[in-house]
Amino acid sequence: MLEYFASLKFPALMNNCTGAVGQGLIWGLLALGIFLSFRMLNIADMTVDGSFATGGVVCVMLIIGGWNPNAALIVSFFAGLICGAITGLLHAALGIPEILSGILTQFALYAVNLNILGKANQTLPIVKQRDLLFRANTDFLPRTILITAVFVGVVIAVLYWYLNTEHGSGLRATGINEKMARAQGINTKAMKVIGLALADGLVALSGGIYSQFYGSADINIGRGAIVIGLASVIIGDVVCHAIFRKRMNLLLRLVFVVVGSIIYYIVQAFVIWLKLPSDDMKLLIAIVVALFLAVPNLKQARLASFSGLARRNAKLQEQKGGEGNA
Amino acid sequence: MLEIRELYKTFNIGTINEKHALNGVSLKLNPGDFVTVIGGNGAGKSTMLNAVAGVWPADSGMILIDGEDISGKSEYQRAKFLGRVFQDPMIGTAADMSILENLALAARRGQRRGLRMGVTRAEISKYKEALYSLGLGLEERLTTKVGLLSGGQRQALTLLMATIQRPKLLLLDEHTAALDPKTAAKVLSLTRQLVNENKLTALMVTHNMKDALQYGNRTVMMSDGRIIVDIDRENKMRLKVDDLLRLFETHSGSALVNDRMLLG
Repeated sequence: MLEYFASLKFPALMNNCTGAVGQGLIWGLLALGIFLSFRMLNIADMTVDGSFATGGVVCVMLIIGGWNPNAALIVSFFAGLICGAITGLLHAALGIPEILSGILTQFALYAVNLNILGKANQTLPIVKQRDLLFRANTDFLPRTILITAVFVGVVIAVLYWYLNTEHGSGLRATGINEKMARAQGINTKAMKVIGLALADGLVALSGGIYSQFYGSADINIGRGAIVIGLASVIIGDVVCHAIFRKRMNLLLRLVFVVVGSIIYYIVQAFVIWLKLPSDDMKLLIAIVVALFLAVPNLKQARLASFSGLARRNAKLQEQKGGEGNA
Repeated sequence: MLEIRELYKTFNIGTINEKHALNGVSLKLNPGDFVTVIGGNGAGKSTMLNAVAGVWPADSGMILIDGEDISGKSEYQRAKFLGRVFQDPMIGTAADMSILENLALAARRGQRRGLRMGVTRAEISKYKEALYSLGLGLEERLTTKVGLLSGGQRQALTLLMATIQRPKLLLLDEHTAALDPKTAAKVLSLTRQLVNENKLTALMVTHNMKDALQYGNRTVMMSDGRIIVDIDRENKMRLKVDDLLRLFETHSGSALVNDRMLLG
């Protein structure tokens, strides 16, 4: 026991946390994409596990092929756009339910990604890693964090601007009330395709940066991305609500999606520091996400439920019965 | 204005639930007509409105607006010509957006939605004025989320949204049926006010015979997916609810049995 505590080094935790901030910022882009599809369009987009990896493998293969790393990121973004548009079209044009459309695309992307990558994983040659903007190497970490933070800030600003344009308002209306949106002349099918494309574009961009960060891409990097993204969105929502209550607005919500992502990775860093098996983290996070998704329903159930009413009535009967006997 | 020519629609074709909802319905509205539509359950009143709105494609027939056939256009394309208010107050507005954003969405009906701002400062005073005319105090709550409003307030707002960008035709599908009697009366008088002020052409489905006679300048009665009686302004003023029931019996060969109508 003592040995275990003695083995926990505080500087190591600080180190882990810095890395976590970097990771959180990178995955924050993915979380922003999920915010767009899940919170704005009201669609749980299952494509992301595939499109995140697509962003990563496209980026790595292009860099290996001699491309400029930043140009490769742009291609990653466009690859993601296509992934999301395919999911959107499966739903909007062919009438396949949203969740299934996403699962189908994700399933197909595994094969696509494997073909792009050529094998299960590829590492960037050390020479190529030198000119990357995003690097996990401790010496470059502060710089990476700064660059990523600025980049994420720009993405938030653009998203905030877009969601307040005529087009973006139409997209939000589509997510809230499709019937109303159509009655106001909004092409809801097109909105869903465009929204999903943008969301997966961001996800793939996040995947591209992630692969630069670790200097490699693996066919499995996207596994569970949807849950991590949802967790970030939910953590962000809860924290934002706790701090700002009714003053919460769209800009704050966007910022706190990324904050949520950073919190997620700091918690993970802490778990790793405690030398708990980090794979078990998936179980823990699944439970936490399920709980938070259930909170609104549980709140509702606490106010009014069949079983609650039955219990109260039984109690009343009992009291009456007691009085009758007395 | 609106002309419906020989419109047919059958639901669930080839199943045990096959239903001939529209059986060659034809109707012509003159500019400025405010027509109330009555009929029993399943007569095809709402179906006719949905056909005009383009909720689904009709099986055959034409729908003309100002002489242009719109029957091949999809729902969102037709929205350019139409203002719509639904029975369910939740359907007409976006709950999670503010009053201001909802009005701005409606004001851009039929226009290309580009990357200009969704709400501009210049619009706000226009909306405030329009909201003030509703007399509900909503002009003070521009940034309130619509989800926080009552059913009656939401329905009044939907009415305003339906008329803020002057539509060629206003479609009202039992838009007061889900409201309490007092609120329903208020929303109906607002309807009349907005229709008169903007000189709109309107089609209003109602279950309430008294309302059908009291509002508008013309009443049509539907049965089995067709129009069976068409009452003009002069006749409308003379008729009582009892006369309406008798008219229905003679024209459809069956009694108009409908609790909501008798109680309404």
